[in-house]
Amino acid sequence: MNQPALLPFSLLVFLPACVALVIALPIIPRQREDLVRWIALTTTAIVFMLSVWLALPGGVTAGGVGFMLGEPDMQSVIKLPWIQSFGIEYLLGVDGISMPLVVLTTFLSMLSAAASWPITKHVKAYFVLFLLLETGMLGVFMSLDFFLFYVFWEVMLLPMYFLIGIWGGPRREYAAIKFFLYTLVGSVLMLLAILMLYFTSDLKLLSDEQLVAVHAVSPFMDAATIRSLPGPQHTFNLLALAAIGQLPESPFAAAQILGLSLETWAFLLLLIGFAIKVPIVPFHTWLPDAHVEAPTPISMILAGVLLKLGGYGILRICYPICPGAGLSLAWLVCGIGVLSMLYGAFAALAQKDFKRMVAYSSVSHMGYVMLGLGVWSAVAGQEYRWEYWAQGVNGAMFQMIAHGISSAGMFFMVGVLYDRVHHRNLEEFGGIFNRMPVYSGLAVAIFFAGLGLPGMCGFIGEVLVTLSSWNYSRLFASLSAFTVILTAGYILWAIQRVYLGAEYKGPHGEDLVPITRRELAIATPLVALAILFGIYPQGLFNYISPTVNKQCQTLAAWTRDVNDAVRLNGGIIEPQSATQQKTSPILDSAVLQP
Amino acid sequence: MNLAALLTSTFRDTLSTSMPLVRPEACLAVSIVLILLLRTLPLLKKLDSGLVALGGVCFALWYAWSDVRALPGSPWALVNVSAARVELFTGLLVYDSLTAYVRLLLMGFLVLYILFTKVSGIPDHEDGADFYTLMLGATLGMCLMASANHLLMIFMAVEMASVPSYVMAGLLKGRRTSSEAALKYAVFGAGAAGVMLYGVSLLAGVLGTCHLPSMALRLADLSASGGLETCGIILALGGLMMSVGLAFKLSAVPFHFWCPDVFEGAAAEVGAFLSVASKAAAIALLVRVAFGLGVGVDMGDAVAVLDSSNSTAMFQGVAPLHSQKVPDVVVDSQRLVALEDVRHFIVSLIGLLAAVTCTFGNLAAYGQTNIKRLLAYSTIAHAGYLMMPVAAGLAMAGINPQGSQAAIAAVAFYLGTYVFMNLGAFAIVAVLRNQLRSEEIASYAGLVRTSPGIVVAMAVVLVSLIGLPPLAGFVSKFLIFASLYQAISSGAERPMMILLLVLGGVNTVVSLFYYLRVVKVMTADPPPEQGRHAEIPMVSLSGAMITGIVFPVVFLGVFWSGLYVLAMLAGGMAS
Repeated sequence: MNQPALLPFSLLVFLPACVALVIALPIIPRQREDLVRWIALTTTAIVFMLSVWLALPGGVTAGGVGFMLGEPDMQSVIKLPWIQSFGIEYLLGVDGISMPLVVLTTFLSMLSAAASWPITKHVKAYFVLFLLLETGMLGVFMSLDFFLFYVFWEVMLLPMYFLIGIWGGPRREYAAIKFFLYTLVGSVLMLLAILMLYFTSDLKLLSDEQLVAVHAVSPFMDAATIRSLPGPQHTFNLLALAAIGQLPESPFAAAQILGLSLETWAFLLLLIGFAIKVPIVPFHTWLPDAHVEAPTPISMILAGVLLKLGGYGILRICYPICPGAGLSLAWLVCGIGVLSMLYGAFAALAQKDFKRMVAYSSVSHMGYVMLGLGVWSAVAGQEYRWEYWAQGVNGAMFQMIAHGISSAGMFFMVGVLYDRVHHRNLEEFGGIFNRMPVYSGLAVAIFFAGLGLPGMCGFIGEVLVTLSSWNYSRLFASLSAFTVILTAGYILWAIQRVYLGAEYKGPHGEDLVPITRRELAIATPLVALAILFGIYPQGLFNYISPTVNKQCQTLAAWTRDVNDAVRLNGGIIEPQSATQQKTSPILDSAVLQP
Repeated sequence: MNLAALLTSTFRDTLSTSMPLVRPEACLAVSIVLILLLRTLPLLKKLDSGLVALGGVCFALWYAWSDVRALPGSPWALVNVSAARVELFTGLLVYDSLTAYVRLLLMGFLVLYILFTKVSGIPDHEDGADFYTLMLGATLGMCLMASANHLLMIFMAVEMASVPSYVMAGLLKGRRTSSEAALKYAVFGAGAAGVMLYGVSLLAGVLGTCHLPSMALRLADLSASGGLETCGIILALGGLMMSVGLAFKLSAVPFHFWCPDVFEGAAAEVGAFLSVASKAAAIALLVRVAFGLGVGVDMGDAVAVLDSSNSTAMFQGVAPLHSQKVPDVVVDSQRLVALEDVRHFIVSLIGLLAAVTCTFGNLAAYGQTNIKRLLAYSTIAHAGYLMMPVAAGLAMAGINPQGSQAAIAAVAFYLGTYVFMNLGAFAIVAVLRNQLRSEEIASYAGLVRTSPGIVVAMAVVLVSLIGLPPLAGFVSKFLIFASLYQAISSGAERPMMILLLVLGGVNTVVSLFYYLRVVKVMTADPPPEQGRHAEIPMVSLSGAMITGIVFPVVFLGVFWSGLYVLAMLAGGMAS
């Protein structure tokens, strides 16, 4: 089977893990710490360059590996059988949603590896875990098989636990176990949802064209063979599951468990699982602890990449596979999005710890992502304007990338200060601008990006999300606009307390040396990207939009079909849409209008 | 029929039908005799009995593997394909895919186990002959447990597996805790055996037979004729009492009390044996009894065997008493319908035991400070997980045969991975004990500085026991949850299955704490000021052994197709 993408993409995912194994072997003596650091940094740099090469639109050759701009579907799909008895496959692929996140991951991993220089405890073990973590993250973004996705999802857990629990601050053990516990609860719920979807799915429900489109067929298994097999053909293929979930007679909507449709159960279980990772109020309490205790580079990874996994999961899995539940529970997703936005912002205002403040700002910013994903404004009115929804989802995607850059930058900036003065108390700072002018300039730039200043990356996502939510709910739109003021409040206040002021009076003032070249090399690209995406967002939208638009278009059309079916049947409601009818006020209004 | 004909028929049955299918057991028996004989000869006394045992077990492993290979449906089959189900020794034993699988598992485990005991140094040369004789004897009993088809055989097999274990628990003769462990184990075991024997006699008395398939037929008859209402209480009581014996072997709550004490008192080597081999045999026996009574088998060929050897069996006094009146043929589906109540009873019983065992084991493990006690409670918890798919499989028996097969395959797969996980954990404990002279978790503090390889191996094993990918424990748990969900979706015993699924998930989260605490102590805590330090490089005999045992935990977590095919073969007995 000719799969040109097989080698480069597999290398992208597994190179860090392979290098981790090599470092783990007792080849390199434990004393050669700098060698280990350089090996790890070089590996992450190679992986980054590989990902950029794969993402460059110029690299496309016919049937080759490069990224095809404007192509909404999955590309560079790799498909190898893994566990045949369950139809589990080694199925990787990228599209406009995952490719930017993959590059973000490799980019931030490289910067974090560089930011890990101050780590002096068990250097070897640290980088082994760090590289394993990178493999896990990349795997999640690229896997299209639910089982594989879950495996990669869990692979990230353990390295993260140790990275916080061993190299963290004073309360590291508490923070690490809390992180692990929360995420494991989410994972178990996700596993239940996976089982539900797997055992209800049946590839035979799809047409031959669909089977080809979702990469369910292979040279060994063409559509006719699939149909000739006895019994239902269950699948873990995410694309196939999405196609099945969007069928007019979706088996996920038809099956009932304890009075709710299976679709609703799966959506809720997955949503909680992903919301814990995002994190969304009220599942967010692990985040401030984990961030405060984690070492700086791990905070960067945590805020920059790990939080995006939740948003990615919702976008890639929840909505396409369970559209009916997504429609009827749109208010829930948007509501908790707005709630975390406000709660995170208010909590950030109240913090005395610099890092904790940044952590809560993450909660607040990720709320925009949830709101943008959840806006189902396509049905606000009778027109099924998928553009409105797509605007929100595009905004959410952009916000994820932008937040990845700005939050990693903010955590790094806090880390730079902490390395010098060994405290993070906002009350004891002041006057940093005089002592470290270059650093302060970069830091203020990054904080402005986080604030959402126009011309910086944070602005685009927030404004798109707020605009699109107006069509869905004016209340939510007003609240999210109001949050911008709160954000400005806590960020400006923090800048004032830390960087401005006459002179630094806190402890360890003599250690406030100017920014080093290594730190400069990490901070500059982040600031540059924050500005670049702020003034030229189209560069990113070229990747994101085709896929997002197509997904929104498909789901909007699906919504219209469902609603039309309800309307045509008059008083008789189809059994599968009965639950949607009951639980969805939006749908109700759409139906009642003539 | 005269005596000569009788003897001829017995002889023929034994030699041509039964003996070829018990070759692994025969190898074990021969090795036992060899080890004992070697002791009497002064010249050969120097010979290491461990090596003799290893040789015998290797032969047994080879035969067990060739039996599995010849199973119908096996992708490795050569020419001779064995029958799916054969009754041996006039119905006392049964040979089917589960028998073959569990025997292969036990023999494979024994090979690893003997190597492990050779490396860890317990037993020493002096005790070796005793120890290996007992161990092989107990394993012989476990093989019989996995193939028992008759209540008397069940009882004898359980005793045969237990009695040597009592002695093994007291192997460290000088230590009071070891003797205490042996005594507790023996007393508890004797009590459980007594209750079980009482249950067996109640069942046999009401049903008039001890032969499991015939008992199922009688139960079906009774149920069809409404007879269950009159003698249902006695049958239920008999079933409950019998489950006491099984629960004791499984260390299921509330018959688990021996387990932590015995594990703590006995050497880690003995703990490994009890927690893996004994558990595997016990769960196989549970499947036997549950499916034997709740589903029964198509008696077509079994009857033929019985008829041909009928008089022989009568003569020996262990005859299935009913065999004269089998001919009123109960069709397969009718029998399954008639046994619905029986299945409901057994599923509820196993499900309840599983739920309580799993939850209790995990909660009690939380407070442990001794690693062997912790592993004992972990073993208890895993017994709970292992019982869940048995309940699910039985619940699906009449509704979804494929699901039933998958459930038993889940059990078989779990056992296959459990061998490496638990043997790995105990091996690490034993190796560390040799250097630290301690089995307290606190004494492992800061171990990562001196023996990083061991810590990684232990972390792999413990995380696999939690059930996180990409390790083997995750796949096992995934399969268990999958079979529970299949039972739910096919509508079999829904409330119980939902309860088990939810509890399984909750327990996975709960178990995180105590497994991870051990890893945390090893990695994050500072090493003790005084006291011993363990330095075990991975490039050493112990290091290689541990790597060899722990590597499959990772390997089977990623490439589990092969083992799953084997497990599905084993599950074939349920469909």
